[in-house]
Amino acid sequence: MGRVWRGALLPILVLLTWEVAARSGLLLYDSLSYPSAIFRAGLGAIADGSILLATWQTCQAALLGLAIGTFAGVLLGSVLGLWSSMARMAGPTFDALRAIPAVALMPLALLMFGWGLSMEACTVAYACTWPVLIATWAAVRGVETRLLEVADVLEMGFGERLRKIVLPAAFARINVGIRIALGVALVVAVTVEIAVNPRGLGYSLVLAQQSLKADLMYAQILWLALIGFLLNAALRTVEAPGTTARPR
Amino acid sequence: MRHLANGLPPLLFAAALLGIWYLVAEFRLVSPIFLPAPERAFGDLAARFADGTIWEPIGSTVLRMVLGWFLASLVGIALGAAIGLTPLARDLLEPTLEFLRPLPASAMIPVAILFFGLSEQMAVSVIAFGSIWPVLMSSIFGFSHVRVRLQEVSALLGLGRMEFLRKIAIPSAMPDILAGMRSGLAVSLILAVVTEMQASLPGLGRDIFLAQRSFRSTELYAGLIMLGVLGVLINHGLHIAERRLLRWRPQRD
Repeated sequence: MGRVWRGALLPILVLLTWEVAARSGLLLYDSLSYPSAIFRAGLGAIADGSILLATWQTCQAALLGLAIGTFAGVLLGSVLGLWSSMARMAGPTFDALRAIPAVALMPLALLMFGWGLSMEACTVAYACTWPVLIATWAAVRGVETRLLEVADVLEMGFGERLRKIVLPAAFARINVGIRIALGVALVVAVTVEIAVNPRGLGYSLVLAQQSLKADLMYAQILWLALIGFLLNAALRTVEAPGTTARPR
Repeated sequence: MRHLANGLPPLLFAAALLGIWYLVAEFRLVSPIFLPAPERAFGDLAARFADGTIWEPIGSTVLRMVLGWFLASLVGIALGAAIGLTPLARDLLEPTLEFLRPLPASAMIPVAILFFGLSEQMAVSVIAFGSIWPVLMSSIFGFSHVRVRLQEVSALLGLGRMEFLRKIAIPSAMPDILAGMRSGLAVSLILAVVTEMQASLPGLGRDIFLAQRSFRSTELYAGLIMLGVLGVLINHGLHIAERRLLRWRPQRD
């Protein structure tokens, strides 16, 4: 109990000083606002639904991108994991492609799709592909050779081998990659919205800043931090059963 | 000779991809507005190297990135040492930091703009905010896992706090710190590009953005290639630096 209280001490202290300093005119209201105003602005945004709509738009793009990126990552990662000669050949090229920051692709995606859901999902997908690809690659390489020999004996094709043997055996470790990608997806989606795409939480953040509604801006940032925090916490709780789902 | 044979397949694969790109562009399967021919993109890059105009944006992007990263590393290591070594600081700071950590760094851009305007300081502060997390997390881990035996030795030798920090804690946390700094640098390149686009600060990010705005796709691809190369170079450079700094340590992998 003492630990929780000490952890809450710093935020409470900061909020109190902030409130007092802002109200007494020591701080510039324009850029700092004050905690009670921020709280009110946040409640207002929830009440009129604007923040919920923006959250939905952001999540939609993030999840769509995650789905595409996961599909591409699992497919490419399986290919690299099943044929080591392929991995030797394609590895360096993938390393080079991976080094391009996903955000640098925003202009390209914008050029191709224009503003909207598809350019955002596309950028998110690119960013999400890599963690999934790497996890799948490692997981598939770690699949027991005996299982692969069974697949050989049964003369399974690539698709069947992937569906019936490789992916179930590698699922737990691929899952780790997907969870990492989920965090990446949210960050990239918000970044794309802040930089170019006029939709979602990122854009409403920029809009609040440009219309000098500092209180609304901070409320949205806190909301965003809360979403990230809850997402992280949720991922951590599913981690334990995910890794022990199968007997070893 | 063997080395050469090992290096050949990757080159062939890259060449095959370039070949596909070339054919797609050559037969106009995708409009050249979206996908210029590879020789034009690489030609544009080569021309900018030849007349030297590429160095200025590279220089400003790298400078901004390194400045933010350096700042983040300093603060991150100091905070990490405080939290990793003293339980009180951990109790006080960690919950707040855990709440802030998942916040996308780019969400701080509007805040930074309110405070600093569309300026260099705004970019550096956002870059520092984003790239501090990996350094901070790994420093906390490194400092809180100094071996008990070593702590006992330092107590036995009567080392003061500063001496303990300098002679035992920092060297022992160094591998973790360096690993964190490496991931931090990757983050800082991303944020340098984003802030350039957002605040129109000179650099590779802005160049790509402007190329897109005016539909100069050749320049856009040239810029993307340059950013990819930069990313690879940074990662490799840091790997080498890390190995040299940790030479004293027995290799464990």
